[in-house]
Amino acid sequence: MPRGTRLALILGAIPFLTLVFALPFVNRIEPVILGFPFILFWILLWVLLTPAILFIAYRIEKKFNPPEDEGRR
Amino acid sequence: MNTALLIIFGTIVFSACVGIFAGRRVKMNLENWTVGGRRFGILIIWLLMAGEIYTTFTFLGASGWAYSRGAPTYYVIIYGALAYTLSFFILPELWKVGKRYGLHTQPDFFIKIYGSRFLGVLVALVGIVSIIPYLQLQLTGLGLIVEVASNQAIQSKLAIFVSFILTCAFVYTSGIRGSAWVSVIKDVMMIAAVAIVGIGVPHIYFGGFGKMFQALIAQKPGHLVFPGAAPSMDTLWVMSTLLLTGMGFYMWPHVFGSAFSAKSDKILKRNAIIMPFYQIPVLLVLMVGFTAFLVLPGLKNGDLAFLELVKKTYPSWLLGFVGAAGAVTAMVPASILVLFGSTLLSKNVYQAGFNPKASEETVMRLSRVMVLVITTAALVFALLLPGALVNLLLIGYNGVSQFFPGVVLGLFWKRVSSTGVICGLLTGLALVVFLVFSRHDPLWGMNAGFVALAANGTVTLIVSLLSKERRPRT
Repeated sequence: MPRGTRLALILGAIPFLTLVFALPFVNRIEPVILGFPFILFWILLWVLLTPAILFIAYRIEKKFNPPEDEGRR
Repeated sequence: MNTALLIIFGTIVFSACVGIFAGRRVKMNLENWTVGGRRFGILIIWLLMAGEIYTTFTFLGASGWAYSRGAPTYYVIIYGALAYTLSFFILPELWKVGKRYGLHTQPDFFIKIYGSRFLGVLVALVGIVSIIPYLQLQLTGLGLIVEVASNQAIQSKLAIFVSFILTCAFVYTSGIRGSAWVSVIKDVMMIAAVAIVGIGVPHIYFGGFGKMFQALIAQKPGHLVFPGAAPSMDTLWVMSTLLLTGMGFYMWPHVFGSAFSAKSDKILKRNAIIMPFYQIPVLLVLMVGFTAFLVLPGLKNGDLAFLELVKKTYPSWLLGFVGAAGAVTAMVPASILVLFGSTLLSKNVYQAGFNPKASEETVMRLSRVMVLVITTAALVFALLLPGALVNLLLIGYNGVSQFFPGVVLGLFWKRVSSTGVICGLLTGLALVVFLVFSRHDPLWGMNAGFVALAANGTVTLIVSLLSKERRPRT
C-alpha cells in the first residue's frame, strides 16, 4: 500500500473513533458549550471537522503517492 | 385558489419541465440515460448526491424523531459524515472499475468482479425489493406534506398522483440528467426552507438555540442524551446503527449507481470532502423538532412536528413554500429510485438472468417500459394499499447494507471469492429477515442489521479463505 494511502486511512479512522467509539464517554449534557448540550456539541464539532480531515488526507495522498499509475489499481 | 396551492403546484410543474428539458439535446442510449455519459463535474455530482440522500425523511422523519425520541435522532447527523469518509476511499476505486468496463449499475459491478450472473441477479432482486417500499415512502411523505401545507385543500392522493406522473415523465425522457437538474431546484428550496424555519422557530419562541436548549434541559434533560425517550435505543444501539448506516449508505443501488456518472475519480474524492457540509441543514431540522417538543407537546404523529410548527408560526404562503420544497424533496429521490429500479429490472434481471444476448437498444427500450411498470406498482401501493409495504421498509436499509463486504473486498482484496460473497450475502439477508420479522430488533441492544452485517462479513472472509477458486482478473 502506498505511503500516502496508509496515512490517509489513519486520518480516515478519526471520524469513526470520535463519532462512534467515543460516544459512551461523551453522552452527557454538562458542560453546555455555545448553548449546545455537550454530546451535541461534540457531534457537531467532529462532523464539521470531517471535511478538514478529508482535505488533509487528500493533500497527503497527492504528496506521498506516486503520480497516477494509469490503468492499474 | 389560495397562495399555498399555487406555489406548490407551480413548483411541481416547473420542476418537471426543467427535468424534461434537461435531456432534450442528448441522444438517449443506456450510457446517457443511467450515468449521464459519465460527464458530471463536481458541482452537479454534489447536488445530485445531496438530491438523492436528503429525502422526505430529512423533513419529516428527523424532526419527528427529535420530537418523539430525542437524542437517538443525533445519529442522522453523524452517519452521513461516516459514509462520506468511507466514500473517499471506496468510490474513486469503484469509478475506475466502472469506467474500465462500462458498468451502469450495482449488479453490473458484482457480475464483472465475481464473474457470477447468479450473484448479479440476486443483488438486483434485493435492490428492487428495497427500492419499491422506499419509493412508496417518498410518495406517502409527499402526499402528507402537500396535504398539510395546503390546509387539506389538496388531497394527498391527488398530489401523489400528479407529481409522480410528472416525475416519471422526466425520468422517461431525460434519465439521470433530469434528476440532476431538478436537484438544483430542490436543494435551493430545501435549504432555504430549512434555514428559515430551523433558525427562525427557536429564535421566535425562545430567542435562540441556546435558550431553547436551556428550556429543554430544565424541562426534560433526559431527552437530550441517549437513550432519550426511546429506551431500546441506548448508546450501543446508536453505535451499531451508525456503523450499519454508514456502511450501507452508498450500497443503495441508486446512490451506488450515481457514482458512475462522475467525470473522474478525483471528482468523487473531492466530493467526499465537501459532502459533510450538507449535515448542517439536518442539524437545523433537529432544532425544529426540539422546539416543537416544547411548543407543541402531545402531537399524535411526531412526523408532523415540522409542518405543524410551521403552520402555527408562519403565514400561509411560507407554509406553501415549505410544502413545495417538501414535494420536490420527494420527487428527486423518487426519480432516481425509479430510474435505477427500472434499469436493474431490464439490464440485470431480464438481460443477465434470462436473455444475455439482448442488444443494448432492447435493454434501453425495456428500461423505459419498466419506468411505467415501477411507477404503476408504486402508485398502486401508495394509493390503494398504503400499509402493505411497511414491513419491507424495515428491512430495506438492512438489506442493501449486506452488499458492503462484497463491494469493498471485491475492490481491495484479491482472495475474496464469489462463493464467499454469495454465502455471506445469503447469511446476512436470512438473518435480517429472521431477526426483523421475529421482532428481535434490536438484538442484545444492537441494531439487528448490524449483527447480520457482522455475520455476513465473517462468513465471506472464512469461505473465501477456504475456497481455492480464482476470480476473473479486474
